[in-house]
Amino acid sequence: MALNSIWVFAQAANGAPTPGTLELLTKARALTSNVAAFVGGDAGPIAASLGDHGATTVYATGDLAGRLPGPAVSAAMKAVIDGGSAPDAIFFPQNYEGRDIMARLSVKLDRTVLTNSIDVAHTADGTVATTPIFGGNVLVTTAFTGAGPHLVSFRPKSFAAESSGGAAATVVAAPVPDTGATGAAKVLGVHVEQSSGPKLDEADVVVSGGRGLGEAGKYQLVEDLAGLLKGAAGASRAIVDAGWVPYSYQVGQTGKVVKPNVYIAAGISGATQHMVGMKGSKNIIAINKDKEAPIFGVADLGIVGDVHKVLPQLIEALKGR
Amino acid sequence: MNIVVCVKQIPDPATPGSLDASTNALKREGKLILDESDGYGVEMALQLAAAAGGGDVSIVSMAPNGETSGMRTALAMGASKGVLVSDPSLAGSDALTTAKVLAGAIRTMGSVDLVIAATESSDGYTGTVPEQLAEVLGLPSVTFAKKVEVSGSTLKADRQTESGYDEVECPLPALISVTAGVVEPRYPSFKGIMAAKSKPIETKTAADVGVTAGGWGGAGQKIVTVAQAEARKAGEIVEDDGNAAAKIVSYLENLKVI
Repeated sequence: MALNSIWVFAQAANGAPTPGTLELLTKARALTSNVAAFVGGDAGPIAASLGDHGATTVYATGDLAGRLPGPAVSAAMKAVIDGGSAPDAIFFPQNYEGRDIMARLSVKLDRTVLTNSIDVAHTADGTVATTPIFGGNVLVTTAFTGAGPHLVSFRPKSFAAESSGGAAATVVAAPVPDTGATGAAKVLGVHVEQSSGPKLDEADVVVSGGRGLGEAGKYQLVEDLAGLLKGAAGASRAIVDAGWVPYSYQVGQTGKVVKPNVYIAAGISGATQHMVGMKGSKNIIAINKDKEAPIFGVADLGIVGDVHKVLPQLIEALKGR
Repeated sequence: MNIVVCVKQIPDPATPGSLDASTNALKREGKLILDESDGYGVEMALQLAAAAGGGDVSIVSMAPNGETSGMRTALAMGASKGVLVSDPSLAGSDALTTAKVLAGAIRTMGSVDLVIAATESSDGYTGTVPEQLAEVLGLPSVTFAKKVEVSGSTLKADRQTESGYDEVECPLPALISVTAGVVEPRYPSFKGIMAAKSKPIETKTAADVGVTAGGWGGAGQKIVTVAQAEARKAGEIVEDDGNAAAKIVSYLENLKVI
């Protein structure tokens, strides 16, 4: 089957579409001119920007009123599809909301999902998506064998967002139908964790710390260095699991994917889990006392040394500038 | 309170993964272990049951070859019994089929107040099974929970979001997926390990749980190509002789970052 119409699940933050949304719209419009964005919320403030990245239609559920996006937005999508406007494919970002909506919709439509993708195409095999496995050393391309809509989710920064110069998209209401018991969870309060400096997945410089720091208190060195370089602080899964820093700091397969200009790995050995999330960085500096650590296999500059010596010296040197 | 924890038995992550040459599927031969991510769910279940003043914690798993070694770890931690769905027809199943199989198994386990899963497995990490399972079972869900409390028939959880977390309230029965680090999984005691050997694990077929179109045929997807990614070239590696910091500074200067 063809790939003539594509929906992109669109998210907004601070009144603008998220970078991931614009990346997926850019890719979608390279595959077809019939691209719609699907918003779990009000589309008004972002319809112009969505149009400027290739969406001609924006379906909007309106305010979710405390409902979780998974059951609510998937039910709204199902209603539009049942109404006769089924797309050939729906693109989701690989994040909390995208995963939940795609999962619920896959059951409602009885369709398989392809997740963690970094590319998509229409070939003689049909709709195919590419996924990195084994720490990104192997690329697997998988085809959908059944009918659409084909549900695909993508890792952040799989595509570069570009403006199309398109007009503001036409907004179509896609209200959430009754979700019964499945929609019974309600959001009581929203907490935004304030972090100073740029966001981890958007920063130009990322400094991450791992188990080699030795103890939770030493993570301050990573934060200090990130601050001096106007970058963001990240972490390996090991120290997130150990409770040293929140999950939102995690870089890796099950955390954030970062592609900064400079990535500094301090006391990180380079488990596959971590490398998937950072090996797309332009320049990688690694500091680790074990010269056999896998992280040195991807480092442009590798320092075999003690982070407890190197980081304070580096921080002092930068402070003096 | 009756809690069912979904657990996955996976190849030891310490050994490099490989693909089966004929099917391109991840090789899952040899001894399987309890996915580390599932230890959090098992611990959470044990703590919630204890806090509720008692109840049963059971585990459910889908695995090839009747494999139970990973399930025994969860039983050693304190779960009382398990249901395993093991059937050659399920080889190659996708996440949706997995959710249907787990749902079918859970339906055979009597009245369940809470289903717990990890957010994704450490080997396949499709990352959709918990929410698919909730939909198949017709349950509400709180995914990516990093703090969970149950009071009577109401669950309260902090749910991880892109920008922080949401406080979410949900009536039971429900499903939650828990993030790593939500609780500190206990180590099985020697007594627990011995006791686990005699705890019951009921093995079922795909047909027993009402799934007839699983496996490769029912997956709705097929692997087309497998290719090596372009390798990243290693750069300059130096031993710190006291000048490492200066070396990094000049590297950053060259990049005009500072």
